Amino acid sequence: MEKKIRVLVAKPGLDGHDRGAKVVARALRDAGFEVIYTGLRQTPEQIAEAALQEDVNVVAMSILSGAHGHLFPKVVDLVRKNGMTDALIIGGGVIPEGDIPALKEAGVSAVFTPGTPTSEVVKYINENVKL
Amino acid sequence: MSNEKIQAELAKYEASVEKAIARFPEREHLPEKRLYTPLDIKDTDYADELSFPGVYPYTRGVQPTMYRGRFWTMRMYAGFSTAEESNKRYRMLIENGATGLSCAFDLPTQIGYDSTDPISEGEVGKVGVAIDSLADMETLFDQIDLGKVSTSMTINAPASVLLAMYIAVAEKQGVPADQLRGTIQNDILKEYAARGTYIFPPRPSMRLITNIFEYCSKNVPKWNTISISGYHIREAGSTAAQEIAFTIADGIAYCEAAIKAGLKIDDFAGRLSFFWNAHNNVLEEVAKFRASRRIWAKVMKERFHAQSEKSMKLRFHTQTAGSMLTAQQPNNNIVRVALQTAAAVMGGTQSLHTNSRDEALALPTQESVTIALRTQQIVAYESGLADVIDPLAGSYYVEAMTNKIEAEAWDYIKKIDDLGGAVAAIEKGYIQKEIQDSAYKWQMDVESGARTIVGVNKFQMEEEPPKGLLKVDEAVGERQKAKVEAMKAKRDNEAVKAALADLKKACQDENENLMPHILAAVKTYATLGEICNVMREVFGEYEAHVSL
Repeated sequence: MEKKIRVLVAKPGLDGHDRGAKVVARALRDAGFEVIYTGLRQTPEQIAEAALQEDVNVVAMSILSGAHGHLFPKVVDLVRKNGMTDALIIGGGVIPEGDIPALKEAGVSAVFTPGTPTSEVVKYINENVKL
Repeated sequence: MSNEKIQAELAKYEASVEKAIARFPEREHLPEKRLYTPLDIKDTDYADELSFPGVYPYTRGVQPTMYRGRFWTMRMYAGFSTAEESNKRYRMLIENGATGLSCAFDLPTQIGYDSTDPISEGEVGKVGVAIDSLADMETLFDQIDLGKVSTSMTINAPASVLLAMYIAVAEKQGVPADQLRGTIQNDILKEYAARGTYIFPPRPSMRLITNIFEYCSKNVPKWNTISISGYHIREAGSTAAQEIAFTIADGIAYCEAAIKAGLKIDDFAGRLSFFWNAHNNVLEEVAKFRASRRIWAKVMKERFHAQSEKSMKLRFHTQTAGSMLTAQQPNNNIVRVALQTAAAVMGGTQSLHTNSRDEALALPTQESVTIALRTQQIVAYESGLADVIDPLAGSYYVEAMTNKIEAEAWDYIKKIDDLGGAVAAIEKGYIQKEIQDSAYKWQMDVESGARTIVGVNKFQMEEEPPKGLLKVDEAVGERQKAKVEAMKAKRDNEAVKAALADLKKACQDENENLMPHILAAVKTYATLGEICNVMREVFGEYEAHVSL
C-alpha cells in the first residue's frame, strides 16, 4: 500500500478563528493526505507532542491573533528538540508580509497568507515532503 | 396588469431571452431567476408579513421613524495594547464623531486569564486591550463620561466580570448603574459553535447569563444584556439563512434558560439584542436583516407568548464582513465595506461597525479606521439610502428573497428543535458541521472560479508589500505584567481573599445570583484571572470535540 503523507493541522495559542484551519485540513484530506486536527488552544508543547505521537511529516499551524512571532518559532524549536528533524513546518493566517522573513529564519519553511488557494498548500507539501 | 396577464408576458419574455443570453450554470449561488415579478410575491400579505415600521412583525424596522428620527449608532470596534493606548483611540474616535464605543479585548482577557499567566504569553494586547483588573478599566475609560457614551463590550465567557468592572468605574465617576447604556456580547453558545472563546461548560455558562439578565433587569435596566451573534457564525463560513437560523435558535435557548430560572419573558426579552454580519451580496443581506426581524417577532409572540412589544423587536448591531476583506489590493476593501454598509443601512441596523481596509493584514491604522468611519458618514449624509424607511420594501426580488431566507431559516430552527434545542445541537456538533460544510463549499467555489473575488482569483496584479501597518509593541506583555504585579502589591490582599472565598460559596449555590458577588470581588481589585479561576474550580472547563 502506498504510504500517505501525514499532516498535523494545529491551532497554537488562544485564537479561536479556525475556519481557515478546518478548510485547509479538509482540503489536505481530500488531496489524499492523512490529516489530524488538534482543535483550539494548543500550547507549543502540546503541538510538538502531538506531532511526535502521530508521527507526522508536516506540522501546519494557523494563527490569526498576531501571536505568530512568538508561537511559531517555539513550536519549531520543540518539534526539532523531539528529534523530528525532517518534519516540514508551515504556517498560515493573518500574517503581515514584513513578519515572514523572521519566521522563515526561525524554521517555518513556508507561510501562506489570506487568499492562498488550498491547492497551493497541497502542491507545496507534495513537492517538499519526501517519504 | 392581472396575474394571468403577467404570467403570459413573463413566458414571452423568458422565451425571447432564453437563447440570446449566455448562461452561467456553474454559478449556482445566483438567485433562481434572472427577473422577479409581482407573481413572486403574490402570496405576501402586506398587513401580516410587512406592515409598518414599529409595528408587528417589524419586517420594515423596529422604530416607527427609523433614520428619519436619528441615524444608527456609528460604533467602531477598537482596542489594542494597553488601556492607556486604547483610551487614546477611543477619545480620537469620539472627537471624530463616533457615537458609541466598542471595546475589543485581547484573548487572555476574553478567556479569563491574567496577563501574568504563562498561557497568555505572546497574546497580551494583540487582538484587543488587556484588562486584568478594575485598575485597567479605570484607565480605559479615563476622561470618558460613562453617563453619556454607550459602550459595547465584546466579551462572552467572563462577561459578568467585565460588566461588574464597568459598573464599578461608573460608580467612581458618580454615574449610577441605572443610567448606563451599552451592551455585553455575553453569547456563549456561538463561542462553542464558531468563535472559540469559551471557558466553562454550557450549564454554568447559561446560569451566568441568566444571572446577568436578572441582575440587570433590576439594576442596570438600560443595558443590553446579550448580543446574540450571528456575525461570527457567518465569519466561520455559514450562509445568510444559517446565520440567522442558528442565532435565533441560540436566542430561543437563552429565553428557555431564563424562563426555567424563573424569569418572565417580558422582564428580560426587551434587553436582548442581536449582532449580524453585513456580507458582500447587498440585496441578499437586506433580505436577511428583514427576515430576521420577522422571525424573531413570531418566535416571541407565538412561542414565548410575549405581551410587550419591546420583547418582539429584534434590534441589531452590524459589522461588515471581516472574512470578505482581501489581503490583495487592500484599497479595494474600502469599496466592499461601502457596499456592506449600504446593505446594513437599507436593512435597518441600529448600530454599525465598519471594517478597515487593512484588516486582512493586521490591526487597522488610525488612517484606515478614519476612512471606515467616514464611509458610514457618507452613506448617512450623502447617499440618500437613509432618507426613507425600508427603501427596498416592495421590490419583487427583495420581498421574494426575504420570504425565501425566512423559510430556509425556519427549516433549520425546526431541525434544531428536533435535536433538542441549540445547546444539544451544538453538543452533537450539528451546527459546527453545517457551518464547516458551507465554509468548505465557499472555498472550493473560489478555487474553481465559480465564485469571483476581485484581486484574489481574478484581476490579480503584482503588488508591493503594504507599508505602514499597525504593529503592536512586543513589549506590551512585559509592561502589562509589571502593572499587574504593582497593583497586587498595593491592594488589600485580605479583602481580595475574602471576596474570592465568598464568590466561591456563591458559585456552589445554584440559587444564588453571582453578579453582586462578582461586583464585590472586582471592587477589591481581584483580577479577572483570579475571579475566573474560582469559577473554573467550581464549574470546570468546556472541552470541545472536533470533527472535520
